[in-house]
Amino acid sequence: MERDHMKVVITIVGQDRVGIIAMASNVLAENKINILNINQNIVDGFFNMVMIAEMSNSQISLKELQRILSEKGNEMGLDIKVQHEDIFEIMHRI
Amino acid sequence: MSTIQDILETNRMIEENKLDVRTITMGISLRDCAHPDTAIFCRNIYDKITRTAEHLVRVGEDIEAEYGIPIINKRISVTPIAIVAESCHTDSYVPVAQALDQAAKTVGVNFIGGFSALVEKGYTKGDRILIASLPEALAQTERVCASINLASTKAGINMDCVREMGETIKRIAELTRDRDAIGCAKLVVFANVPEDNPFMAGAFHGVGEAETAINVGVSGPGVVKRALEDVKGKDFGVVAEMIKRTAFKITRVGQLVAQEASRRLGVPFGIIDLSLAPTPAVGDSVAHILEEMGLESCGAPGTTAALALLNDAVKKGGLMASSFVGGLSGAFIPVSEDAGMIAAVECGSLSLEKLEAMTCVCSVGLDMIAVPGDTSAATISGIIADEAAIGMINNKTTAVRIIPVPGKKVGDSVEFGGLLGYSPILKVNPFRADAFIARGGRIPAPIRSLTN
Repeated sequence: MERDHMKVVITIVGQDRVGIIAMASNVLAENKINILNINQNIVDGFFNMVMIAEMSNSQISLKELQRILSEKGNEMGLDIKVQHEDIFEIMHRI
Repeated sequence: MSTIQDILETNRMIEENKLDVRTITMGISLRDCAHPDTAIFCRNIYDKITRTAEHLVRVGEDIEAEYGIPIINKRISVTPIAIVAESCHTDSYVPVAQALDQAAKTVGVNFIGGFSALVEKGYTKGDRILIASLPEALAQTERVCASINLASTKAGINMDCVREMGETIKRIAELTRDRDAIGCAKLVVFANVPEDNPFMAGAFHGVGEAETAINVGVSGPGVVKRALEDVKGKDFGVVAEMIKRTAFKITRVGQLVAQEASRRLGVPFGIIDLSLAPTPAVGDSVAHILEEMGLESCGAPGTTAALALLNDAVKKGGLMASSFVGGLSGAFIPVSEDAGMIAAVECGSLSLEKLEAMTCVCSVGLDMIAVPGDTSAATISGIIADEAAIGMINNKTTAVRIIPVPGKKVGDSVEFGGLLGYSPILKVNPFRADAFIARGGRIPAPIRSLTN
């Protein structure tokens, strides 16, 4: 189902290593998903990233994106979550 | 666009504080299924339920995955069976319960509610058959939930039914004694029952409802408890404000889920039930919220006041977050489904009498109360009469879900499993009410019913 705006929040947590952002950005670029915001830090060697992206023009669904990122994440020992952004908007904005 | 703080806060609520949507319940009218032949009637209801709710579970799971919010239960409520089965030429609705059970299994929901009768002012033929069928129906089915409304502010209390329900509950306990009387956990006896409640075991699809409806029950006691940890020692104005803000956020999520479910299923959105529904899991307890306010253990003096504040603030906060509010709406205080309540009973701070007082200010009533197996039918009826009186006089919903566990006594405990939890056996006042219950008849509607 296509919508005018379809923002997703991608949360990545795990042991820090080279190439985490590169991996995620590649997956998004390959699927025409535009990154709007990245917030990332390392705490005690632990990688934390929250990314907001726009996927209205993507050919894949949110569920497929979840599957792809979860597979890639497993290979790199990362926990990757993809959520529709509406849940955050509705909770914190009136 | 969301800020990083908002995102982290929401995900912390979900992951650490067990925020979830407790249930998406699809209400389905069975009014067009009536038929004199019971077999045809059963086929009609099976076909209608499985057709209407075919995609309910999948849609619930999709929403859960896409938004990352757990949706614990997908359920179905139907028109009270005593009404729709009334024209069947039969003296037992057990086959009807079996048809409901089968339909629930086919569509993959864990409970289906509506094996119900509304008898606050008296019985019809169908009501009598349904009540007589309850013990066997609940013993022979797994997913069917039953409810009886036997009192209201407008009609008074049907004391004949109060007496009958005491006896019925004892028979259900006996028929399911090999499973610690689990049948009784699937029966709720109500006063002022709401007709759009999404929560089991008391859900049914009222006669004033539309053809179908999506009703959603929110939850999140862990989130409220966590929020109150930030205002330790502050006065009650601050406490109430914090609960309101948290309830607002919880309810907004419920509203989102309800709207999405309604859109994807093509079923009109009914209501959000603004509730704090605990589970036996650690960190998901209403009792622990009350203790966070400063009580050593739930049941201590002050507990009723703490619950009154909580219940009111949840409603005030949730009300603004949803376009339509209904159902039971408030804090639930089931004993076996709340780790804090269980602990409070075990340590001796929470008694049946204190729970009764708490039901004056909570959303429902005496819920999931396990009592000794030798508790008499008249004593159970007396407990039901007391709850019904509280509901009738205070113009609120009250209910009793009580389980006299055969062979168990005070000091024992009982394990129901899953969301139904486990419970120590509560002590019941040993003095008898037999002559009171034997009177029968109706307690007239109170003066406050004359509001016109």
